[in-house]
Order: sequence, then C-alpha cells, then structure tokens
Amino acid sequence: MSELQAGQGTALDVRADTKSTRYRDVLIALAAFVILALLPAFTGSKFLLDFVIRCAAYGLFATSLNLLVGYTGLTSFGHGMFFGLGAYGFGLMMQKAGVSVPVAFVSTLLIVLVFAAVIGAICVRLKEIYFAFVTLAFQMLIHSTILSWVSFTGGDQGLRGGIPRPPFLGIDLSNHLHLYVFSCALLVLGLLLMRQIAQSPFGYTLRMIRDNATRASFVGIDVYRAKLTIFVLAALFASVGGMIMALFVSGAYPEFAYWTISGEGIFINMLGGVTTFLGPMVGTVLLLILNDTVTRLTEYHGIVLGIVILFFAIGLRKGLMDFAWEWYVQRRDAAKERG
Amino acid sequence: MLEIRGLSKSFGGVKATDNVSLDFADGSLTAVIGPNGAGKSTFFNLITGAFRPDRGQVLLDGVDLAGRTPPEIVRHGIGRAFQVASIFPSLTVEETMLAAVGADQRRAGVLHRRFPLAETRDRAENAMELLGLANKRRRTAATLSHGDQKLLDIALALVLDPKVLLLDEPTAGMGTEERWRMIDKVRELWERQKITVVFIEHDMDIVFKIAPEIVVLCYGRILARGTPEAIRRNQDVIDAYLGTDHHAGAHA
Repeated sequence: MSELQAGQGTALDVRADTKSTRYRDVLIALAAFVILALLPAFTGSKFLLDFVIRCAAYGLFATSLNLLVGYTGLTSFGHGMFFGLGAYGFGLMMQKAGVSVPVAFVSTLLIVLVFAAVIGAICVRLKEIYFAFVTLAFQMLIHSTILSWVSFTGGDQGLRGGIPRPPFLGIDLSNHLHLYVFSCALLVLGLLLMRQIAQSPFGYTLRMIRDNATRASFVGIDVYRAKLTIFVLAALFASVGGMIMALFVSGAYPEFAYWTISGEGIFINMLGGVTTFLGPMVGTVLLLILNDTVTRLTEYHGIVLGIVILFFAIGLRKGLMDFAWEWYVQRRDAAKERG
Repeated sequence: MLEIRGLSKSFGGVKATDNVSLDFADGSLTAVIGPNGAGKSTFFNLITGAFRPDRGQVLLDGVDLAGRTPPEIVRHGIGRAFQVASIFPSLTVEETMLAAVGADQRRAGVLHRRFPLAETRDRAENAMELLGLANKRRRTAATLSHGDQKLLDIALALVLDPKVLLLDEPTAGMGTEERWRMIDKVRELWERQKITVVFIEHDMDIVFKIAPEIVVLCYGRILARGTPEAIRRNQDVIDAYLGTDHHAGAHA
C-alpha cells in the first residue's frame, strides 16, 4: 500500500493549474480564430472556405453530441433533431417573421430550449438502449412533421426561396467572406463554451454519472436533473450548428432533421474519438474530407464509408484522437521517468 | 441518533425485512451479522433509499427519511459504502474526492468555474489522509488494488461528513491479513471521527473482537442484539447461526 506516484501536486499548484488552463484555452481559441480569419487573405479558394463553414456547422453539432456520449454516457440516436430544429427555426424566423439575424438567433435558441427540455424530460429517465431508441423516435416524429406540414415548412422541398440575411452591426451574411468569419467566430466561441462546461465542476458531475450513476446519487447528486441539463445544453449547441448550415445553404431541408444526421454525428465521434475534447472536431474534418473525396471518386460512396466505419468500430475500437492522446501520455510519462 | 421503527419490505412473498426496530446511539459502533439472505444488505438499502420501504420509519435526529431518494438521505447525513466497491473507474483518487466534496457543497451544477474548486480542497485532502490514499492521488480508480478500491469507496462516504456511516462488508473479498488491516482502519475512523458506524461483517472473529454492540438478523427479523458476550451466549443465535463449534472456538 505504499508505492509512490510520480508528480504529487500540492494544493497550491493545482489551484494555479486551474486558472492557467482556463487562460490557455482562451488563448488557443483566440489563436485558432485569428488563423481561420486570416485564411481568406492567403487563399482565394471558395471551396476551402466553404469547407471550413461546413466544418463549423458539423463540428459544433458533433462536439455537442460528445458532451452526451463521451462525458455523460448518454448515447443519443436523435441528436440530429436539434440540428434540424436549429436550421428550420432560424430559417422560418427569418423568412416569415422578418426579424433581424440576432433576434432570430436568440429566439431559435429559446425554441430549441423548450423542445429539448420537454423531449429530454421524457428521455433521460430511460436506460441506455431505450434512451437511444426513444430519442431516435422523437427525431423521426420531428422529421415527419416537417415533411407533412407543407404549408409551413415546404414539405420535402424544404424552405425555398432563400433566407433573407439583412446586415446587422456591419455584418452582412449574404457576403461570403462575412459569413465565413461569422461561422468561424461561432465555432470557436461554441467550442470554448463547451470546453468550459466539460472542465467545470458540472463537467465532473457528468463524468461521475457516466462512470457510475448509482454511486453519484449516493454522493448526493440529482442524476436526473444533471442529465436533463446537459441534454438541453447539448441541444442548444447542436442547433447553432444547424443555424450555420441554414445560413450557408440559405435554406433548410428535411435531410437536416433526418436520422442520418444523428448517425453522422455518432460516426464522427467514432472517427475522432470521445476521450478527448477535440476528438469530434478532428472526426468532423476527417468525415467531410472523406465524404468529398469519396463522392468524387465513386458513386458507391456509402460502401466506402461503411468500410471505414467498420474499420474504426471493430478494428481500432478507438478514434484517431484517442490514439494521439495515448501516444502523448506515454511519451510524457517516459520523459518524466527519465527526468 | 438513528432510530429505525417497524421497517418492513417484501419482495414477492419473501419478507426481506420484517418489522425491524432498532436504535443506534450517536457515536456507537455496531456490527450487523446474520446468515446469507438474512436481509442485511436489504436493511442498508432501505435506510439509504436504494429501496423504498413498505412500512416503517427511518428517523435521523427525529427526521423521518423513509422513502426519500438517495441524494436526499445522503444530504441528511447517512453515508454508505458498498459490498462491491462502488467507485468512479475513470476518475483519479483526487478527482473523486474533490468532486464528491463539491457535490456535498451543492456545487455539482456549477458551470462558470473550473474544476477543482479551491474550497473543496481541504476536505478532500483530509479524507485522503484519513484513509491513507494521499500518495495514490494521481492514480485512476480503476488501477487501484482491490483493497484500495474498498478504501476509496469508504472515503467517498466519509468525505461527505456523514453523521451515520453504513459499511456493507468492508472486508468482502479480502485475505485474512488485509481484513484485519481494513477493520483496524474502520475502528480508527470511528474513534477519530466520532460518528455512528454500522457495518455488516461475516468474519465472526472480527465482529467479536471489535464491535461493542452486535445485531443478529435472521430471515429479515432481529434475532438478538447486545454485547459480544451476550450474543455469544444467546441460545437462539447459537442454534440459528453460530453453531456450537464456533461457540466453543470463539473462546479460544
């Protein structure tokens, strides 16, 4: 019972640690934003900028799904419904109500909050597989509603005719460059906020629930409330992804609310890995590159993606960032032993 | 003071706990013994809210906690450790303690600050010191030895500053030597923390050596209660549980 561990921290340096990690995260976010924002100055490639915008939309969505899957152990198969709700909520608000972008943005968040609270209240009580299936059922319900309520949503044609994007605060989202920088800002800000959630005391409450929900309740944690809270928070970030998508395509289509979006979210998390915060972001970039190249090369892109998914799920059993992280930890520990 | 009044619970037709009434004085150390299936764990599960009692009261300092949820009961001051160490496998020892203190301070939902919170530091440190886990603080719970996992489980209960600590077989699955180390630890905690400790134990040598007070459960009912001496001489207990061999052996 007495082997000593390397690197015993005292109370003092841990306190300093927590402060500095927060500043570090903010600095990394700022640096990432500056690099992304300067990108158009070096390349005129519209394709590359479009790619980044799509990464922002899917990245926010996939990272928010990881808050549920990786941090809380809630495997939702219906998370894509909030992506779809975000896109439709925003698009409808702009088209029908004719409000400004910030107003539409905030009211969409409020609508999603209400939906997520009601759906979450029903779902998070359920155990693993039931949770997965009932979230999927809600997704299908929302998808069917969008399809059949033609007068309001345009049915299978989606919201056509473009989404009006009146300028606000000097930002004109119908300008491609403005839209690009705006999407990058939302991405970086969203990631920073989710990082804060993951590293907050609440983030550790989620980890406890994932590891052992029974024990968590015997430590005094209201497991239901914590699960519902993260379900709603994750839905909000997913809807921001949907809003970026709606702005990007200037419309909203039923596919945004279809179950395949949820499936792609799960796939991204498997590709990138769920043990690191940025795993899903890496997975997003990988999937989009894969998607773009494979569709260009073959019409059977489903088969290729399926094989890749099987390779990661059955062959590696881990995501790319999981490997990178393990490699880093090994090297760090080895360096410590030597030093 | 923890008072149990007429506590009952049936599963189907089986009375797992049958009209049990018991008092546990503040600062007492009590062992609960009984044959397999006597309802010892059920008794703990009813007190801590894991099961809802059919009837009866669980009074802690006069407040009835029967039928409340585990988080509520924990907050009122009844902590527990489990027969199979119930821990958070992916968290380190230190993170486990800090997060538990945070939960006890009602900060489990804090979003705007970073983990760990400075104000959780001292209590977490104390609990690790008390259970001798301080030098394993950076270890992930899953990598700890079986004995250390049991200690971590107890630390998780203790770090919440409970008035009453229920230990469900703290020595389960341990070798003889480790058992004694563990039970010495339990006794030491009891003496230092001045809390009410109730523990379930199978090893009669341990029970008779360290528990000032023993409760014998059998088929969900109290068969006997008293000092080790009284229990050892109790004819019902000998017939139902100890057997004459052990009775003779216990004096040796």
